[in-house]
Amino acid sequence: MRKTIQEINERIKEGNARVVTAEEMPQIVAELGEEGALAEVDVVTTGTFGAMCSSGCFFNFGHADPPIRMEKVWLNDVEAYAGIAAVDAYLGATEKSTTREENYGGAHVLEDLAAGRSVELRAISRGTDCYPRRTITTEILLENCNQAIMVNPRNGYQRYNAAGNSGDRVLHTYMGMLLPSLGNITYSGAGVLNPLANDPHLRVIGQGVPCFLGGAEGMVVGEGTQASPATGFGTLMVTGDLKKMKTEYLRAATMTGYGVTLYVGLGIPIPILDIETVRSTAVRDEDIWVDIIDYSVPSRSRPSLGRVSYAMLRSGRVEIGGEEIRTSSLSSFRRARMVAAELKGWVESGRMTLALPTRPLDPGRKAEPMKETVQGPRVLQIMERRVATIGEDEPIRDAAAKLLKGETNHLPVVNGNGVLVGIVTTYDISKAVVNPGKGNFVRDIMKRKVITTTPEESVDIAIRKLEKYNISALPVVDREMHVVGILTAMDLGKLFGGRWLK
Amino acid sequence: MKLLVTFSRKEGRKPIIAQVVRDTGVLVNVERALIDSSEGEALIDIPDESCRIVKDRLTDLGASVRILEEEIILDETECVDCGACISICPQEVFSFDSDFRLQMDARKCVLCGRCIEICPHRALSRKGPA
Repeated sequence: MRKTIQEINERIKEGNARVVTAEEMPQIVAELGEEGALAEVDVVTTGTFGAMCSSGCFFNFGHADPPIRMEKVWLNDVEAYAGIAAVDAYLGATEKSTTREENYGGAHVLEDLAAGRSVELRAISRGTDCYPRRTITTEILLENCNQAIMVNPRNGYQRYNAAGNSGDRVLHTYMGMLLPSLGNITYSGAGVLNPLANDPHLRVIGQGVPCFLGGAEGMVVGEGTQASPATGFGTLMVTGDLKKMKTEYLRAATMTGYGVTLYVGLGIPIPILDIETVRSTAVRDEDIWVDIIDYSVPSRSRPSLGRVSYAMLRSGRVEIGGEEIRTSSLSSFRRARMVAAELKGWVESGRMTLALPTRPLDPGRKAEPMKETVQGPRVLQIMERRVATIGEDEPIRDAAAKLLKGETNHLPVVNGNGVLVGIVTTYDISKAVVNPGKGNFVRDIMKRKVITTTPEESVDIAIRKLEKYNISALPVVDREMHVVGILTAMDLGKLFGGRWLK
Repeated sequence: MKLLVTFSRKEGRKPIIAQVVRDTGVLVNVERALIDSSEGEALIDIPDESCRIVKDRLTDLGASVRILEEEIILDETECVDCGACISICPQEVFSFDSDFRLQMDARKCVLCGRCIEICPHRALSRKGPA
């Protein structure tokens, strides 16, 4: 048996369509079987509500008198991209305020406008014959903009890897606060209710398909940026009218230590045309698996700490290596349900009919990493190779002499095999002089926990370590933990020699 | 029951909490403490029935004591029930009910402030001192 989109739309218009949410569907399929579910159900509604950084809105503000060609535009001190026509601008959700930093940004402007609050528009221009005006400052309301068209380049991730931190310090990431030693796990996504998880092969979701966006009727523009449906990480570009959106489904947020983002409610109604759509919408949280990515590794390819299903994540605790670890969602499952339920109401009442893609999306698409043509600076290019070290069994006095002779403040400490075991600084030696009770040898006063770098490490990552641990030098070690150099704050000055920073 | 005890150390380094434990016989659980050279603040947990006696003894010894109840405030208009606060709370103050609505048991709170810092929607705040 098959159904056509026309048949389904007829039933919707007559008010006879059977519409269920993606959360209800697995049970229906279990009870009626696939054929039975196909006969019974016409539409499955999906929904998700979570942080979607890649969001924003095109505005047309209307012309002022005298008119201005806005070259730079700020809305409540958040810059919008104005490199398009005279009074058009695109405001990105993650752009920070120039005055309130991460506490206010593009997402907050969008929420304020959707809530009916006025926003200060400021713009500057060099002035032209046709647009003589140079500056403008005025209050605007959403209703007074000609257009406010939300266009989100990457929304509705099919699933998202969970996050953990095996390191020894708290991390503030776009996946929220990650406690050290795998103290918690965070995740995002609506799982069973997620639109693309209910159509992973992109058979019915594609260009021109209607959707729920921020409480308004919207449309799928097409493939989202960084879409990788071939690896199970599809994304969508979506659009909708900001003027019709509700703050219930559009919320600004700040990920502390990371920045501003926008929580977006997105839902897509899926027409149940054939057995394949029945099967794909029968997906459950138990069937959708993700990796737990270790964010303590500061490189692109971060290792996985294990694989878990959304069912496990949503239970509140997952077990890794015999230990129970608490989980936190960053997206709201309750609001995802509200999206799917509201969308269900729209279809049941005939407010929204369905459409098939005007052009299908490519399910074989895979996101690739950047092909960098110029490699950034590495530690080995700026590190100091002449580094004095001291043995752990030597007297403190010798360490002091070495520090003086080398005119340095840091002395890596090695054991009999030349392996790095600690570090002493001029500060440690001064302390030893003032409080002589601790012992007479280097090993008695050295710091045993040494933060190190390697010759191949990116200088940016080494700098991050210096900042994070509030230290001024990193011993550079090889694989066997032999000291091959030292990187101090002074060496960073070499970056300014014109070689790296153009 | 949780008490927030603040004391000055200007008159010397009196072992105030140890003194109270010895005098009252009540086992005090110190949940959090911040003590520097001039003053100290300790958050202690005691059985409800011993509240009066412990509070009185602490006051006698020169400390000021505040009973902590509902110290963390959830702004339900800002909260979207994401649950970011759940796993970072050392006291398990937050949880979901069966409808994935955020629940809060503020009595367990030890005022570490972590949830206030990280709530993406700035929906959590600390009740101002009375």
